[in-house]
Amino acid sequence: MKHLLLTTILGLSLATPVFAEKYGATGEELAADQAYSYYMLDSAKSLDPNLASSVEDADIIRSLIEGLYEEDAAGAIIPAGATSYEVSADLTTYTFHLRPEAKWSNGDPVVAGDYVYGWQRLVDPATASEYAWYMELAQVVNAGEITRGEKPLSDLGVTAIDDLTLEVKILAPLPYFPKMLTHTAMFPINKKAIDQFGGEWTKPGNYIGNGAYTLSEHLVGEKLVMTKSPTYWNAASVIMSPITAVTINDENAAWTRWVAGELDRSTVPTGQFPRLKAEYPDEVSSNPSACSYTYVINLAEGKGNAALQDVRVRKALAYALDRNIVIDNILQAGQIPAYSWTPGAMDGFTIPATDYAAWTQDERNEKARALLAEAGYGPDKPLTFTLNYNTSEGHQKIAVAIQQMWKQTLGVAMTPQNFEWAVHTDKMHAGDYDMARYAWCGDYNEASTFLDLWTSYSGNNDTKYANPAYDALMKDAKTMADPNPNYTKAEEVLAADMPIIPIYHYTQVRVVRKDIKGLPTTNVLNTWYAKNLYRIAQ
Amino acid sequence: MLNYIIKRLAIAVPTLLILIVLSYILMYAAPGGPFTREKALPPQVIANLTARYGFDEPLWKQILIYVWNIIAHFDFGPSYIYKDRTVNDIIAQGFPVTLRYGMIAFVVSALSGIGLGVVAAINHNSRLDYAAVGISIGAQVLPNFVMAPILVLVFTLWLGWLPGGGWEGGEWRYVIMPVIALATSYMAYIARITRGSMLEVMTSNHIRTARAKGLPMSKVVLRHALKPALLPVLSFLGPAFVGMITGSVVVDMYFSTGGIGKAFVDSAQNRDYAVMMGITLLVGILYIAFNLLVDVLYAWIDPKIRY
Repeated sequence: MKHLLLTTILGLSLATPVFAEKYGATGEELAADQAYSYYMLDSAKSLDPNLASSVEDADIIRSLIEGLYEEDAAGAIIPAGATSYEVSADLTTYTFHLRPEAKWSNGDPVVAGDYVYGWQRLVDPATASEYAWYMELAQVVNAGEITRGEKPLSDLGVTAIDDLTLEVKILAPLPYFPKMLTHTAMFPINKKAIDQFGGEWTKPGNYIGNGAYTLSEHLVGEKLVMTKSPTYWNAASVIMSPITAVTINDENAAWTRWVAGELDRSTVPTGQFPRLKAEYPDEVSSNPSACSYTYVINLAEGKGNAALQDVRVRKALAYALDRNIVIDNILQAGQIPAYSWTPGAMDGFTIPATDYAAWTQDERNEKARALLAEAGYGPDKPLTFTLNYNTSEGHQKIAVAIQQMWKQTLGVAMTPQNFEWAVHTDKMHAGDYDMARYAWCGDYNEASTFLDLWTSYSGNNDTKYANPAYDALMKDAKTMADPNPNYTKAEEVLAADMPIIPIYHYTQVRVVRKDIKGLPTTNVLNTWYAKNLYRIAQ
Repeated sequence: MLNYIIKRLAIAVPTLLILIVLSYILMYAAPGGPFTREKALPPQVIANLTARYGFDEPLWKQILIYVWNIIAHFDFGPSYIYKDRTVNDIIAQGFPVTLRYGMIAFVVSALSGIGLGVVAAINHNSRLDYAAVGISIGAQVLPNFVMAPILVLVFTLWLGWLPGGGWEGGEWRYVIMPVIALATSYMAYIARITRGSMLEVMTSNHIRTARAKGLPMSKVVLRHALKPALLPVLSFLGPAFVGMITGSVVVDMYFSTGGIGKAFVDSAQNRDYAVMMGITLLVGILYIAFNLLVDVLYAWIDPKIRY
């Protein structure tokens, strides 16, 4: 008993610092407990930046490894592994100056060669990275040829001039090239870790990173724990540790565990936002997110539904869809009605004023009825088609509501049919559908990550929509100093051709404890860094 | 008896081979594949992935390579989705978890189920019988996906006694709710079979003889009635045991245990072929083993059975 008492006293005295620490920038008093735990829907699929593919992967890797640049709270880029860069007069050669004090967790300095190795490994056919195309999208010289096995790795347009200077050559001027560097696919890799451990290098104990945290524990389906890295160049500024990512596949369970005090950050179950926002006004929030929800129409020749090839029919359907009903009565989490494709929250992008966005729903319905009649559909010749969606309660509710809208307003018979996710995706890629539910999230904070999708040469354009004018606008935008006028025009072309029916722009709902600070709310890609978080004393 | 066991084990080998071939074919027949993504992968990326994982070989060759890697290297292949992990890693992490809560759930459900069934049967048509039947029907109509949130509501949110999820290496506080959620419906079923079987045995001749001898009720039940009454229960317990130790997707999902039940369902949805095959094989082997064990136990319990 004496022993127990003694250890308790010792423990208490250790846990309570004599002088409370303060947060440098604001002078806020910090709490003694700086452990942070957050919910993730699914476990990390890979912690190898070259093999990672999910949002959960990226959230974790950003703490373990640092790239050339990172994003601030608003999504603009700030120096990280690099301190500065210059770009040549023809805008195709970038020279990055690396941070001399940056170190890997094994003590080695971070050198330009680590970036060269990481980038080459990304496009190496032997790596079979799912993000190999990202290097090609960033226009890095020979990226595509290397991925296709046509050229050797050494031909990639990236060179280590010396240990602290990295030179990158791109094919053509790309105004948002530096923005693309914040993606985990562009991170450096420590070759020693891979040579020594091979495929096992991402396990705790083997992992070598240059980030603010090191990997302590990884139990798939349960949790992943990271602790502050003593070798990080800016370790003095890192406050929160350990960081625990808890896998919870059920939104309701995730919410319950937040209420029970087991998590600092969690999600709000679908449809419960208004009630829980009222109950926890300071903790529950809804923030814009770089994702759009849409119904796409199969325009491939000889496939899909012939009636939907008529632009008047497509417009009628798009107009008669009351987005406010979907948002206010089904989703209920502050989503933004979409009358165009790209979310307005993307950096530098303003949503163009498509004419039907400004009408009232009655006006839209009126116009829709007229267009459908003009196309020759009515009570004598009813329009019928099917809508595919992947099995989910949310998608089903939306589909049924829209089915009713189209039936009541236009007399159209749309039949929703659900498929397991893999089957749904397969059918879309194969062009075996009339109309299908689809959603897209941006890869980088620039409108082209959305608009490039509907070019005729995009591998993800399952509508097979092809308009040379649209392609030209998007091609020209690549080299323009300010591409936004072209993006606006491209949205107008989309609204005129209506190959897709935009429905809403996502928001990210979350619940975060009041004493947690430093989590960005305006970064639409939801890019956040654990090293910027801190807990204030209450 | 030994001959019988050897014979059964010998049959197990072709059975498993058929299981492998059939699962492989069914897997490939399902639409989609491990590289189906909402954002379609470019053709050269798919080509590289296909080559890396050997999907460019004909199906028969893939099956042969798969079987050979198991026999020669005990290598069940990589996960195509959780790319840092092999099937061996996934099973090594997930199976001990489900094994732990599954075994405890098995003991709990078997003891409480048999107990409830016996009490109900020997007090046939009494209040005790109705109460036992009521409990078991109640437990059976509460599926575990309803049970799990109710448990969390009561024990985590209202009482604050237990954590709402996690595993922490199987610490007891994290095991209780998964065990209850998994055990209840099994308990109900075991109670119902026990009760039915017990009722039948209690009217049989040897029990009448035992009672005529003037043996006390407790002795009649324990020494003479229970053993034969457990035969039908036993044939349920074998597969039930395998079902429990290979986990439940609901329990794994709701309580974030990291168990293999969730990994199995995920692998099917993600078309993560090797993981799906690995866990299918594990479940197959366990079924074969425990069915054999049940048959051996049969002979021990019922002297009429000879192999």
